[in-house]
Amino acid sequence: MRSVVESEGAPAAFAKVSLQEKEATIALGGTWNLKGSVRPKSATTLNEVQSADGITRVRCVGQDLGTWDSSLLLFLSEVDEWCQAHQIALDLHDLPEGVGSLIALAKAVPEAETKSRHAGHVSFLYQLGAWAIGQSSAFTAAATFIGECVLSLMRIATGKGKVDWRLFWLTMQESGFQALPIVGLISFLTGLILAFVASIQLRQFGAGIYVANLVAVAMAREMGAIMTGVIMAGRTGAAFAAQIGSMKVSEEIDALDTLAISPMDFLVSPRVVALFLMMPLLGFYSDLLGIAGGAVVGLGVLHITLLQYWNQTVGSMGLEDIITGVVKSGVFGVIVALTGCQRGMNCQNNAAAVGNAATSAVVLAITWIVASDAIIDVVLDVLKL
Amino acid sequence: MNYGSYVVMQDINFRVQPGQVFVIMGGSGCGKSTLLKYLIGLKPVEKGDIYYHGRSFSKASEDEKEQVQRSFGVLYQGGALWSTRTLAENVALPLEEYTKLSDHEIRELTSLKLSLVGLKGFEDFYPSEISGGMRKRAGLARAMSLDPEILFFDEPSAGLDPISSRRLDDLILRLRDSLGTTLVVVTHELASIFAIADTAIFLDAETKRMLVQGDPKELVKEGKSDPKVRTFLLRGQSGEESK
Repeated sequence: MRSVVESEGAPAAFAKVSLQEKEATIALGGTWNLKGSVRPKSATTLNEVQSADGITRVRCVGQDLGTWDSSLLLFLSEVDEWCQAHQIALDLHDLPEGVGSLIALAKAVPEAETKSRHAGHVSFLYQLGAWAIGQSSAFTAAATFIGECVLSLMRIATGKGKVDWRLFWLTMQESGFQALPIVGLISFLTGLILAFVASIQLRQFGAGIYVANLVAVAMAREMGAIMTGVIMAGRTGAAFAAQIGSMKVSEEIDALDTLAISPMDFLVSPRVVALFLMMPLLGFYSDLLGIAGGAVVGLGVLHITLLQYWNQTVGSMGLEDIITGVVKSGVFGVIVALTGCQRGMNCQNNAAAVGNAATSAVVLAITWIVASDAIIDVVLDVLKL
Repeated sequence: MNYGSYVVMQDINFRVQPGQVFVIMGGSGCGKSTLLKYLIGLKPVEKGDIYYHGRSFSKASEDEKEQVQRSFGVLYQGGALWSTRTLAENVALPLEEYTKLSDHEIRELTSLKLSLVGLKGFEDFYPSEISGGMRKRAGLARAMSLDPEILFFDEPSAGLDPISSRRLDDLILRLRDSLGTTLVVVTHELASIFAIADTAIFLDAETKRMLVQGDPKELVKEGKSDPKVRTFLLRGQSGEESK
């Protein structure tokens, strides 16, 4: 690249073909500029060469060549390919030294025989089979991960596991105290919305006071735990996946392994335990804020007194409702932590995979939160609790 | 040059001739890579100035700066390939953005650039599927895609085996000789410094100043440069020991 700037008045690039018996000469000249718009096409030039019969040699000369860049190399490499395909000798000796040198460099290393990445047509059955195998592998990986986590917790309980306690307390703080504002806001609004929808229906029957019952039971048994779980899946689960995934990419996990420190003990278990301990507290906090949101509607829209609302709430809710919600929150905490850590630990070795790990951790956690909530409800119903 | 209130280096003054291999050398942590960041516009200059073709780079408008930056090619330490794109797509992106080449021409040119760095046949591979040395070479192919006037290299030999490192040095020299590209190389690899450098500057972490500018083959001779530079170029040996 003598100069890639096409100066005004510089002669345009050209490739002129002259034929003499069995030799074709391509005279290259002018300014060859990748960013310019006018460049000879190798196909046109080669058509001219091909029009003559019995050509055995193509000679490229560059006496009138001005500045040039990769566009000239591109032209010549196409001529070279054509000559090889037609078993015609190519002579580049009359071109500037640098041109021949770069063409030689490009040809110095033969093309690697790599497996073709362009997959042909894939049948539906093949895709279905591949999907099923993928799901089965994912299930096995998840089950193995849970098993390893249980073993890790047992090692820690018996004092044999090496735990990063600083990480444990940090996770407690990040997933506990620092989550209070967002959990509080969402829970308050959830309670408010529940009360508002209920008030529209119940007022028609003169049963507006029962809004307090509905909000209290719904928040305590279901919505407090679910909303906290969903928020923590998006906030903390994604962070776990991204943090551990990045550590995988930068070989920090390998470094722990080679020191015979189990990454499960050091990185995963502290997070699982921290979230398991904090989530019930957050769930209970969510219940309170949700009930407060309902009270705002009760007082503001239904004109119930605060004492009436309070009495109605306390009267409608049993200890078992609160315990149900708190237990669910604990379960959801374990789900969020496990999915986040598992996706991070199984992350591939590149930046895009870290993003995918965070996304799939959130989706999987929310799916399992809703599914496990349904399972717990069915079990509690069967047990008449 | 500074990070917040911490001054990394000061009183740096040098000139790079066109078509030259210019090496910025110095011990670890002396500010070589930071200087490179200033040169390519990744860090704004707070005191002093950088000139390209006699025009101020740091005082240039955003448009002018972009114009100048388009004449740069940068090979980052780890290759810095975009992980969601194949090698061919990595090399093709600057061509798609800044040229009017057809898809076919871009494909051909991408293949040519990859073959220049010995990676023909790896067009459809993702960065995560190739070795560190190959990533570095692919990064060079991308840096060369727009035929830059100036190529910047940040520790090109770091993490490479001696043979790959030698090949990369050969490639750097061929680029200089064939295309007339100006090359600015940040490195502390002595073999590379002696093999490729036309001119080098030495940054000293202790005094936070540039100590010397010249041909390393001359600087290593006794009495031709600062003792610290000689010690560095002689791998920590004093002049007497090296005899």
